[in-house]
Amino acid sequence: MTATETRPSALAEFAPPRRARDLDWRRLARLGATAAFVQMFVSLTAMPVRLDERPVIESLLSLGYLFIGVIPVIAGNRIGRQVKLEGVPIHRAGRYELLGGTLAGTLAGAGLSLLVILITHFDIREPLVNWSPQLRDLLSFNRGPVFGVLIWLGIGAVGGLVGGGLRLLPTRWRRTLLTMAFVVVLAAILEQLVVDLVSGVGLEPVAEWFYARRGGLTGAGAGVAAAIAGVASFFGRGRLKAARARINTLEGPARTKANAGLILLTAAVMIVVPLLVGSLTNELLANVGLFVLLALGLNIVVGLAGILDLGYVAFFAVGSYTAAVLTAATSPRINPELPWFVALIFVVVITGLVGLFIGAPVIRMRGDYLAIVTLGFGEIIRLLFLSDWLSGWFGGAQGITAIGGVEIFGITTIDGTNPRNIFYLVLVFCAIAIYVSWRLERSRLGRAWMAVREDETVAEAMGINTVNVKLLAFVVGAILGSFSGAIFANKVGSVFPSSFLILVSMVILVVVIFGGMGSIIGVIAGAALLIGVLGGPKQPGLLQEFSEFKLLIYGALLVWMMLARPEGLIPSARRSRELHQEEFLQDAWLRGQVEADEEAGDEPETAERS
Amino acid sequence: MIGKWAPRTGAPRTGVDRFLTVLRVFAVGLVLVGLAAFVAQEISTDNAFARWANPDATGLTGAQFRGLVISGIAQGAMYGLIALGYSMVYGVLGFINFAHGEVFMMGAMTGMITSNKLADAGLWESNFIGALALVMFGSILVSMFLAVVMERLAYRPLRGAPRLIPLITSIGVSFFIQNMSIVLFGPASKAYPAVPDWLRDKHTFLEIEGAKIMVIVAAAVSMAALWFLVERTKVGKAMRAVAEDSEIASLMGIDVNRTIVKVFAVGGAFAGMAGILWGILFRSVIHNTGFLPGIKAFSSAVVGGIGNLGGAMVGGLFIGIAESVGPLLVLEPLGVSGVSQLRDAVAFAMLIGVLLLRPSGIFGEKLRAEDRT
Repeated sequence: MTATETRPSALAEFAPPRRARDLDWRRLARLGATAAFVQMFVSLTAMPVRLDERPVIESLLSLGYLFIGVIPVIAGNRIGRQVKLEGVPIHRAGRYELLGGTLAGTLAGAGLSLLVILITHFDIREPLVNWSPQLRDLLSFNRGPVFGVLIWLGIGAVGGLVGGGLRLLPTRWRRTLLTMAFVVVLAAILEQLVVDLVSGVGLEPVAEWFYARRGGLTGAGAGVAAAIAGVASFFGRGRLKAARARINTLEGPARTKANAGLILLTAAVMIVVPLLVGSLTNELLANVGLFVLLALGLNIVVGLAGILDLGYVAFFAVGSYTAAVLTAATSPRINPELPWFVALIFVVVITGLVGLFIGAPVIRMRGDYLAIVTLGFGEIIRLLFLSDWLSGWFGGAQGITAIGGVEIFGITTIDGTNPRNIFYLVLVFCAIAIYVSWRLERSRLGRAWMAVREDETVAEAMGINTVNVKLLAFVVGAILGSFSGAIFANKVGSVFPSSFLILVSMVILVVVIFGGMGSIIGVIAGAALLIGVLGGPKQPGLLQEFSEFKLLIYGALLVWMMLARPEGLIPSARRSRELHQEEFLQDAWLRGQVEADEEAGDEPETAERS
Repeated sequence: MIGKWAPRTGAPRTGVDRFLTVLRVFAVGLVLVGLAAFVAQEISTDNAFARWANPDATGLTGAQFRGLVISGIAQGAMYGLIALGYSMVYGVLGFINFAHGEVFMMGAMTGMITSNKLADAGLWESNFIGALALVMFGSILVSMFLAVVMERLAYRPLRGAPRLIPLITSIGVSFFIQNMSIVLFGPASKAYPAVPDWLRDKHTFLEIEGAKIMVIVAAAVSMAALWFLVERTKVGKAMRAVAEDSEIASLMGIDVNRTIVKVFAVGGAFAGMAGILWGILFRSVIHNTGFLPGIKAFSSAVVGGIGNLGGAMVGGLFIGIAESVGPLLVLEPLGVSGVSQLRDAVAFAMLIGVLLLRPSGIFGEKLRAEDRT
């Protein structure tokens, strides 16, 4: 929350410490009960059981235990949260945090203790499929229920104490500790990628030393990773920010140069990395790329123009099917077997027309009606591809198979057998999509979109033809999505109606919202994080053990983002100001920055930059 | 703009308007030609018009037609029950509670669990009515609870946020509950225990299955109860007041938050009721049971005029009958093959058609002033 986060205030030093007897028992009970409930819920989803197969640190900690073990820590930390008045806490952290944290953590742990008791004495496997002795054994570390009950009370208490204790540390130390923990977990999650990359540059011994053979970091590896992260965080704090600020203050040719350098560097990394990694990782990268493309398209519709399109998968489907029908020799009705790039022209035209056709009736509707109606269109298009009525054209449930690859001027053929080439193809289209999004955002049309998003009535009064402008957003988004569809058809080599469920729309929506509506960097980061780590609707991510739970997590993430951070992970400055207008003004007033901001002119469309 | 046929006075007619006019004419024309072809085929399968439209058409027998209409009514009654929740929440808070379909699904799921437990205990067979009452009570309770929790955790913090924000949140809630059902109860479809014979037999001269009669009667009773609640009790008066203008209602001493909780609870109760009826009628439930009925119920609410409770029920019947009869009445006579696969597509097309032709629904919307944009 860019607007509410403030630097630690000097006034905080004068706040009295919170004493143990200030403890708010009702709050404690509520928080503890919530944490205990979450513990039980998470356990009953079988998340710990499945994630137990994924070690973080070899023979010490698995992701499953980490998942349930971290909840008491969070509970212990949350209990110390206090209302800040004008950015200044009422109290300094004191013994309250330690006591409250321990108690809250114990309550959270008690949830699991209770679960162990319940599983031992009752059997309700009938509705709850994960109510199993296996779960009980996992929770009690295979040492019997009594041990299980006691150990979780203990783990809860210690975890809560740690969580509460974090509040007593100076900010710098706290950040360092959290960074260390984060880096260790991240290193474990990214194992496949890191091992692949490190081995690719010929440093297998390093990878073998860092990672255990059966997965997870080795103890020494974890220690080194934590130490590096700790040192870097402790001494490097603020350097990154300073560097970014320096680049942001550059102007004129120097700025252009810096930007060009950054873009070249990114491009170089993107071109070199696939050469170093194996085909499994390349497959992953290609999947991420496809979703980046889709998310960039949806970002124009949802992020820039503010139209909630829930049927975005329709354009993905139309793009796929058009490419399939035009390039595959086996397509039922017409099979011109066009080269892929020629077919792409048709894909663009047809998807554009479909975008117009779907867009025109819905564009005048209320925002929420529009969402449901686009969802309806998304389903209708899938049902039509699936139906017997049109199976003469699209093959019905059998779909279209044996779609050839993309021939590049007779040099090579890009198809699913070589994910590296697919990734390069996706990369090219991503680059195009990024460029298009970036230019559009700063164009007259882009400003019109943002105006419509902020207030349609005012935008109309300003002379914007809102209907045409919104329709254009729809069409541009559709075309970007169809690129992804066309590549998808050739990557997989076949298209089936079941690849285009509404689910896909939802996942893309989560990606866009998680990353940050309207922010290109945010959307790319969102796709990389969610699709890369958790996986897409049918594509596995780095955490394959998560595949059963990823949709659950997507749902929870969507709700949580909306409640806590509606502007997304990496927000666009303008969008977050729209969402936090009041807070922003209040905050700016507090910092005395209102005038400073106006002078700095960080509106994207000030004269010298557009 | 909603509710007007022509663009605002003074605004130039754009290409979009012309396109929409063509689309409206086309939609109405398609339905009329389809109906005409159907009538022609009913009269005789070899008149020229019928053969032109679809040479293979056989028409429908009276019994087939009656069966389709009756199952349409039974489905529609359930859509109507679910639609009440959408309509009430939209009337009071002005956003689509996308997760309402999931409340319905959880009602059906709870019913499956309790009825199977009762069947194991033998009570389901020996005292069906009592067991059913127990199961209904449980489902309604769980659905109410779920709806209230949803409101408390996900929607209350978003009061006053831009309208799309709670909608997106509710999509997330829906996603979460669906997948929660998968991980907690497993991904397979689960069956209800067998129902007594009198629910499967056909009754009266109309030959309606007992289960369908039960659905229709239950929906009618629920509707009457809701009418009484909203129009004749103090709680209902508070709900209407909040729906009209929550700010003024709070000035009049109405606890707006508590009233909203009650709205969610009542909506949840009806969804739970519909869930049980669904279970009795189709005897199976799966994690995405709530998705399509949810969307169709929302369509019903829109068709009847959102915020309008009687309208929601009528809209439900309308959508139910249309999706059951429509494919055979309009598409089959025109030579579309495999029409029963297009049931859902027809339901969605109905929603689009109604929003194109009469966006405020058949009976008109009842919304707060600020939502009528």
